[in-house]
Amino acid sequence: MGTKTNGWHKELHLPSERGASRHIMEELLDQLATHGWPQSDVFAIHLAAEEAITNAIVHGNKLDESKTVHVVCRVSSQMVRIEVADQGPGFDPKSIPDCTLEERLDVPNGRGVMLMRSFMTRLEYNTTGNRVLMEKQRDPAADAAAE
Amino acid sequence: MSTHRRIDVSARGPVTVVQIVDKKILDESAIQEMGSEILGLIEQDGRRSLALDFSHVEYLSSAALGKLITLDRKMKGHQGRLSLCSIRPEILEVFKITKLNKVFDIRKDVAEAVAALDA
Repeated sequence: MGTKTNGWHKELHLPSERGASRHIMEELLDQLATHGWPQSDVFAIHLAAEEAITNAIVHGNKLDESKTVHVVCRVSSQMVRIEVADQGPGFDPKSIPDCTLEERLDVPNGRGVMLMRSFMTRLEYNTTGNRVLMEKQRDPAADAAAE
Repeated sequence: MSTHRRIDVSARGPVTVVQIVDKKILDESAIQEMGSEILGLIEQDGRRSLALDFSHVEYLSSAALGKLITLDRKMKGHQGRLSLCSIRPEILEVFKITKLNKVFDIRKDVAEAVAALDA
C-alpha cells in the first residue's frame, strides 16, 4: 500500500457471498477522505464500486462459493481506478434495456450499470463481459461546490 | 403492536410517517427486512398514506431502489399513497438520473409530505 503522495493501491480476492465488500469499501472510503475527495464524488465512487462488486458476486459468480471476485483499487488525489472481475461467463452490457424508458420506469431492477456509467468518468467492460474497469477523474467543479 | 428494526413509525393525523433508521440501505438482508416492515404497514395494518423519511439515509443501492418501486406498486394497488421526503442531494441525483423522480412523489421534508398526503 502506498502513501498519500504515491496514492493508495489495493488488490484482493473476495468470496462470492453477500456483504463480502464491506471491509474493502470501508478502506476505499477512508482513502477517498485521506486524499481529499469531495463528498459528492465519494458518494458516486462508493455507489459505483458497490454496484460493480455486488453484480460480480450475485450476477457474475451467482454466489458460487468456489468462485472469487478480483478487485483492484487505486486512489490518488486526482484519480480513482477500480477493476472488478468475476469468474462467471460474462454478459453483454449493451443487452441491458434502458431503465429510463417510460415503459420500464417501474421495473424494480436493471439500474446498477446505468448508475455506474453516470457517476464515473470512464466505464469499460472486457469483451467477455466479466471484468469492468471504472475511473473517476477529480472534478474541479465539485471541489468548488464543496467549498 | 409490531416491533420494527429498520424503521421508526409515527402518526401525523391520517398520515403515517416512516423514518428509515439505517444510514446505508445496502445490505440485501437489510433491504428485505426494511421492505417487509413497510409492507406490513400497508398490508397488515392497512395504512394508506405513508411518508417515507430519508433524513438518516446517506447511501442507497440500486437494489434499494428496486424495493422502493415494489412498495410503491403495492401501495398504488391498495389505492394508497406513498411519498418520499428529506432526501439528501446526492441520493436525489440518483432518482433524477434513473428518472425515478417521475415515478415517486418526492417532497422536500416531512411537513411537506404530510401536507400533500393529507390534502
